[in-house]
Amino acid sequence: MRIIRNRKIVEDGWIHVADDAEVPADGDVIVSWKRWRESREALLARSGSGSARLGVRLPNTLDPHEVQADLPHFALIAVEFPKYRDGRGLSIARMVRREGFRGELRAVGNVLRDQLFYMERCGFDAFEVDKSKSIENALEAFSELSVTYQDAIQPRSVPRQHRWRRS
Amino acid sequence: MYRYDEYDRTLVRERAAQLRGQIARRVSGELTEDEFKPLRLQNGLYLQLHAYMLRIAIPYGMLASTQLRKLAHIARTYDRGYGHFTTRQNIQFNWPELEDVPNILDELADVEMHAIQTSGNCIRNITTDHLAGVARDELEDPRPFCEITRQWSTFHPEFAFLPRKFKIAFTAGREVDRAAMLYHDIGVRIVENAAGERGFSIYAGGGMGRTPVIAKEIREFVPREHLLSYMEAILRVYNRLGRRDNIFKARIKILVNETGIERFREMVEAEWQETRESTLRLAEGEIQEMAKFFAPPSYESLSPSDALLAELRRSPNADFARWARNNVVLHKQPGYSVAMLSLKASDTPPGDLSDSQMDAVADLADRYSFGELRVTHTQNLVLADVKTTELEKLWHELRALDLATANVGRLTDQICCPGLDFCNLANARSIPIAEEIRHRFDDLDYLDDLGDVSLKISGCINACGHHHVGNIGILGIDKRGIEHYQLLVGGSSGYDASIGKILGHAFPREEIVGAVEKVLKLYVRLRESEDEPFLDTFRRVGEKPFRDTLYSNELYADHPQS
Ligand code: SF4
Repeated sequence: MRIIRNRKIVEDGWIHVADDAEVPADGDVIVSWKRWRESREALLARSGSGSARLGVRLPNTLDPHEVQADLPHFALIAVEFPKYRDGRGLSIARMVRREGFRGELRAVGNVLRDQLFYMERCGFDAFEVDKSKSIENALEAFSELSVTYQDAIQPRSVPRQHRWRRS
Repeated sequence: MYRYDEYDRTLVRERAAQLRGQIARRVSGELTEDEFKPLRLQNGLYLQLHAYMLRIAIPYGMLASTQLRKLAHIARTYDRGYGHFTTRQNIQFNWPELEDVPNILDELADVEMHAIQTSGNCIRNITTDHLAGVARDELEDPRPFCEITRQWSTFHPEFAFLPRKFKIAFTAGREVDRAAMLYHDIGVRIVENAAGERGFSIYAGGGMGRTPVIAKEIREFVPREHLLSYMEAILRVYNRLGRRDNIFKARIKILVNETGIERFREMVEAEWQETRESTLRLAEGEIQEMAKFFAPPSYESLSPSDALLAELRRSPNADFARWARNNVVLHKQPGYSVAMLSLKASDTPPGDLSDSQMDAVADLADRYSFGELRVTHTQNLVLADVKTTELEKLWHELRALDLATANVGRLTDQICCPGLDFCNLANARSIPIAEEIRHRFDDLDYLDDLGDVSLKISGCINACGHHHVGNIGILGIDKRGIEHYQLLVGGSSGYDASIGKILGHAFPREEIVGAVEKVLKLYVRLRESEDEPFLDTFRRVGEKPFRDTLYSNELYADHPQS
């Protein structure tokens, strides 16, 4: 599957594992938050070995504080957007980044071009663009607005800019 | 007022170009209407009964004469020759063509204007006291904080897709709240604590609409530097926990009510502890830099003019004297006065202004008031800095424009939503009711005798006409396919906020204005003196005599809400 990562279209190597499917022994996998809670030990034992990194998929109803203690175990966190206009995932992203999570933060679900700019500024760096849309077109979202007023988390290359902070 | 620099200009231009692209993608079918809708709404573009409606932001009601001229040009070129000032101090045009909208936005950008976040489920235009910076009872000019908040909330990445719209108002009056602060999702009042430090009392969870709620105090004192972090904490809790399953329960007022203010406060405070020392913290120097934009204009040093104004108010020119009494407000700068222009005059809907009137008012602003004007949330205009000695000259000019009706604060200074004439949600017409009231109560002596009474009319329970908070409110409903109107009494939008009460069943179209008249007659009979305002009398005597006068021939108890 092709996704956007750091503003580039790339072939994604991560595997989404459904709750009723078996977790493969090898490869990078993304499991649901529920599965992580139920099979924590097994998943940890697995990801201890070589190229089998662990990612978790959070529902947007989750209180991010619940994830806090577990953050060091994840190389990737995916946040679900059941509907593009449901902004809960944006707050989750900011809170997860605030807790110091440095791995890949990926938006999944009904992810559309016109939300990418906001998502990136909240800390997302990877996007599974909705399959019904052109992923090439979606890339344009990042260059439409070149200035912003408030501090945000991403992209890190842009200096933090409070507009009212005139010098 | 605030002036754009290159940075602001870039932002507004890029947003206009972005919307142009989004419209093109909608036309090509790349975007579905469902996907396009929030994008256009976040840029003030509504689909109304007959056409698109474009709502343009007037941040906290401040408008330069050059901007008003541009609005006149837009009214003339792209619309039907008028614009409509709204209760959020904005202006809207009711008839633009979709394909013209990007061009309108480009034209607006030329004069530092835009339509960003004037609708949609995001943080809306910030509103404040229309007397900011000139009111005598003001603790501190709130506009620098309004502008800081405007910038912080513009394209805030985290709060672009909230459960529902979100409105913030600032007030700084020691005595009077002229911004209906307690009916906002967040109300901010500038205060001074016991140690003499300035800060903010913050209220949350107010709102009108179907379920009117008075905001509750969430923190008595937030230090100045923490304004943004505190608001961000409230928004973050709301964004995560506000209901998204039912559009009618999605406002923050429902969350606060369902959670309870104590629990809600705990969550906000916990979140605030995480962010209060972040880069959101405002340095005093930054506040002062912003305050420079709102420095007083270059007033001449004149002697105090209170005595002169008192004299003008007794002028032998009775019409002018009345206008000076009703439409002129004392200014804090010696020698100056505040002049209010009533947009509730001729037979046009409240808040409407024609293109030629806009041009003329822009000229008046240039000649009498340092090229600036303000829009009030009661849909009038203000020339805030007029020399008291020039008031009479100004009045003559306003009269020629039909803008000198001396009814500010009076019964006929009504707020009225567009209603069934324009709005696809309406149950009943509201503009014709306002018109009938204007005709029935056209005796200015009688209006003056009644004193200040606020009358507000909505065409359905969404309450865009703020009927809940009028001293007298009228609500249009649909009763078996026939327009009816409920009458509410006792609302207030000030610091002493109260929600109007429905006293009995609704009235048919032919009877509603008569019912208003009955209420007013009773008030005149019951008031202790001519100085006791309507609201005070109502609060003193209670609703029973009012109910009796309205429904004396009926067993009103049988239909309390119908
Ligand atoms: S109150 Fe109702 S009728 Fe009036 S503008 Fe609002 S939605 Fe429309």
